[in-house]
Amino acid sequence: MSKVLTETFLTALVAGGLLAGVPLLLAALGESISERAGVLNIGLEGMMLLGGYVGFSGALYSGFTWVGFAAGIGAGMFVAVFMAVLCVRLGLDQIVVGIALTLAAEGLTSLLHGAILTERPRLGAVELVTIPGLSGIPVLGRSVFSQHLVVYLTLGLVIFTWWLFRSTNAGLNLRAAGDKPSALDAAGVSVVATRTWAVLATGALGGLGGAYLAIVGAGTFEPFMTNGAGFIAIVIAMLARARPFWVVVGALLIGMSLQLQTALQVASIDVPIDVVNMLPFLAVIVVLLLFGRRAYLPAALGLPYVRGSR
Amino acid sequence: MTESDGSTQPMTTTRAPTREAGDAAVLLLGITKAFPGVVANDDITLALLRGEVHCLLGENGAGKSTLMNVLSGMLRPDAGRIVVDGREVEIDSPRRALELGIGMVYQHSTLIPTLTVLENLMLGAGGGLRLDVRGARARLAELAGTLGVEIDPDAVTGTLALGQQQQVEIVKALWRGSSVLILDEPTSMLTPQGVAELAKVLGGLKQHGLAVAFITHKLHEAAEMGDRVSILKQGRLVGELGPDDLRGRSHEQLQAEIVRLMFGEEAKEVADVAELEERVEGHEPRRGRGEAPLLELIHVSAAGDRGQVGIHDISLSLLPGEIMGIAGVDGNGQRELAEAIGGQRPLTAGEVRFEGRTISTLGVSRRERLGLRYVTDDRLGEGTVGSMSVALNLVLKRIGEPPFWRRGVTQRRSIEATARELVERFDVRTPGVDARVATLSGGNIQKVMLARELAFEPRAVIYSKPTYGLDVRTIKAVRARIREQAEQGVSAIVISTDLEELVDLCDRIAVLSRGRLAGVVESGPGVAQRVGELMVGQAA
Ligand SMILES: Nc1ncnc2c1ncn2[C@@H]1O[C@H](COP(=O)(O)OP(=O)(O)OP(=O)(O)O)[C@@H](O)[C@H]1O
Ligand SMILES: [Mg+2]
Repeated sequence: MSKVLTETFLTALVAGGLLAGVPLLLAALGESISERAGVLNIGLEGMMLLGGYVGFSGALYSGFTWVGFAAGIGAGMFVAVFMAVLCVRLGLDQIVVGIALTLAAEGLTSLLHGAILTERPRLGAVELVTIPGLSGIPVLGRSVFSQHLVVYLTLGLVIFTWWLFRSTNAGLNLRAAGDKPSALDAAGVSVVATRTWAVLATGALGGLGGAYLAIVGAGTFEPFMTNGAGFIAIVIAMLARARPFWVVVGALLIGMSLQLQTALQVASIDVPIDVVNMLPFLAVIVVLLLFGRRAYLPAALGLPYVRGSR
Repeated sequence: MTESDGSTQPMTTTRAPTREAGDAAVLLLGITKAFPGVVANDDITLALLRGEVHCLLGENGAGKSTLMNVLSGMLRPDAGRIVVDGREVEIDSPRRALELGIGMVYQHSTLIPTLTVLENLMLGAGGGLRLDVRGARARLAELAGTLGVEIDPDAVTGTLALGQQQQVEIVKALWRGSSVLILDEPTSMLTPQGVAELAKVLGGLKQHGLAVAFITHKLHEAAEMGDRVSILKQGRLVGELGPDDLRGRSHEQLQAEIVRLMFGEEAKEVADVAELEERVEGHEPRRGRGEAPLLELIHVSAAGDRGQVGIHDISLSLLPGEIMGIAGVDGNGQRELAEAIGGQRPLTAGEVRFEGRTISTLGVSRRERLGLRYVTDDRLGEGTVGSMSVALNLVLKRIGEPPFWRRGVTQRRSIEATARELVERFDVRTPGVDARVATLSGGNIQKVMLARELAFEPRAVIYSKPTYGLDVRTIKAVRARIREQAEQGVSAIVISTDLEELVDLCDRIAVLSRGRLAGVVESGPGVAQRVGELMVGQAA
């Protein structure tokens, strides 16, 4: 037991948890926006994956990581455009379209990866921003306060989203679009526009999450590298009932349980790997058991809105 | 009131300077709208004048809501033109209508139950990125003052009683300084006092030069509040009574005339309409048959939803064939009582007995099988499944049972035959039994629900506002049906805010106040007055 609580282990756990948690956090934050607006965005995995591929390529060819992040955001939004047009405008089934988009992104990135990147290039280590003073704290210092700029940006986005939901007209519109779109329409606000913006925001955040995963997390791109992160993010957003701070908690917890294996290895503790691999899912089940009954989902989640068709 | 607030409604400045009473605020010219299988509006021409309350009447499915939804931008007409303030306009969205100063209270609520009153009111009202909470509070105080109502801005809307929600809806329709106000059956959920308050409000709005369109099924409301009455029948405008016609006649004559226009010349039927009967003063209580009560509540208590009163220590007993009324202002435990009996709400104390045996622990479906039915007042929410056909909704509570299902296989033919018979018997206006329930008019959805509950051998039925949204003739038919079943030994509990309905139907009337039983009054001369006294006595 004492070995578990060593500084090396904890530092590795927290740092790894953040590394794995930030993409989840970004994607889940995005998902909570579209979820509030009543769009169940199953295409999130695809948005992350394409964001990862395009983001990685952007960073690789331009030589600037920020170009990579911008490219990742663009790629995520590109996938989101399909989602918006097919589901929000044309009212097609959100689950079917979402799965199709994820499959398409998986196929496309694998194909491009195989065709273009023949020699598995890697990006160098990214530049970290260390907060002076705070980074001296044991355990948390090097794990939390020495991060890529995007991580701090993400925390800013969490606060912004919280504020958006709580005290802006746009946030109110989002909730109305998810709870009772006919009421939003009757109040003179376009349901289609509101939901379209929400889906695009999800795409941007999902794409950014994917790009972070590839550029900072892995330093390279592998086909299927998101490995279900998009779906886990959907679960996080649902459990957090689309509330930003709970999204943070969920993403970090799951991020950490994903990283437990590495941390254990770093601390050279021997636990069967299968047990460790089960942890994220155990965590999800435990959380579901604890909070699942209170899970509140918008009443019109997943339902297309067509004015006048009762 | 609208003029007083220039800042929140930039529209007024651009509007034509002539805003005198009598000007047409809105002209609907030759509006036609067809749905699959039915022409809802057939070449309707109608004017809404400033400073007038224009009542729209017509049987269920006549096309009243459709016409007003065309004006509010919810529906696009197939043909016809709309002129607002003398200019021809295209209203292609609710937003456009709001810009033109047209506010509407829809037949089915457009409030979002999970948001607070204030949030509902701010929705879509614009004004930058940040919500202007302070401004909204002030605006609410101002409008509530004008309307003479009291509304808690921070209450979660879903926890308010329906009457209060109705008030919020009206405030919402006036929020942006509308000059045209459309009210689609605003009174169906209100108590007589609520209606009187609304009438006062409308009087005030008229003074301010608003044009009001008012849809109702209650003839006396039209006679009392309307300056002009138009009658629709099967999508066509079949009659219009102007101020001169209205002034020259007594209310009774007027109501008879409206009924004649609504239902045609069948004189016999005219006399049959519920509202035209002599004012009922209660009848001899037809005590139910037998000695043993069918349904008994013994010291029943149940918790209310958050912010709502529960019920406390209620004891009632119902003989077979007896009709018991529950009077009281909405939100005094009526829903909780009905759900406790129906099995949708757990008891915190006491016991419910059916034929002498306790059923407190039985679920809804077991009680259902015993013959205990609950007709909710939430026809779209828990009453019907909007996306399913009329036929399936009619057998919704018989799922899995023969003859509609055999060994798990749906018997389409049998379901449709039964459905056709019920649609005929209850006069449900629908293009066919395969039409989705949500596409029916409000009153016809109500008929579907009633048909389902009344059809399959009930033994005791709890009705929550059974006739809400029904036209006068259908109300008559439904009441007759409830009585007829009582003759055959079916007991009923009728929950209603309409005292006249209770007096007309019930053998005894219990008054519910803040979740407690304030008293029970036997039917007979003076019953209405005694019930009224009980209601007031407890409310004070
Ligand atoms: N969206 C729709 N799709 C199909 N049919 C519709 C739709 N809306 C209305 N209808 C049909 O149009 C007709 C008129 O409906 P409408 O709601 O205007 O009646 P109404 O006069 O308001 O009746 P009620 O008094 O019952 O509310 C009905 O037969 C209804 O079935
Ligand atoms: Mg209607």
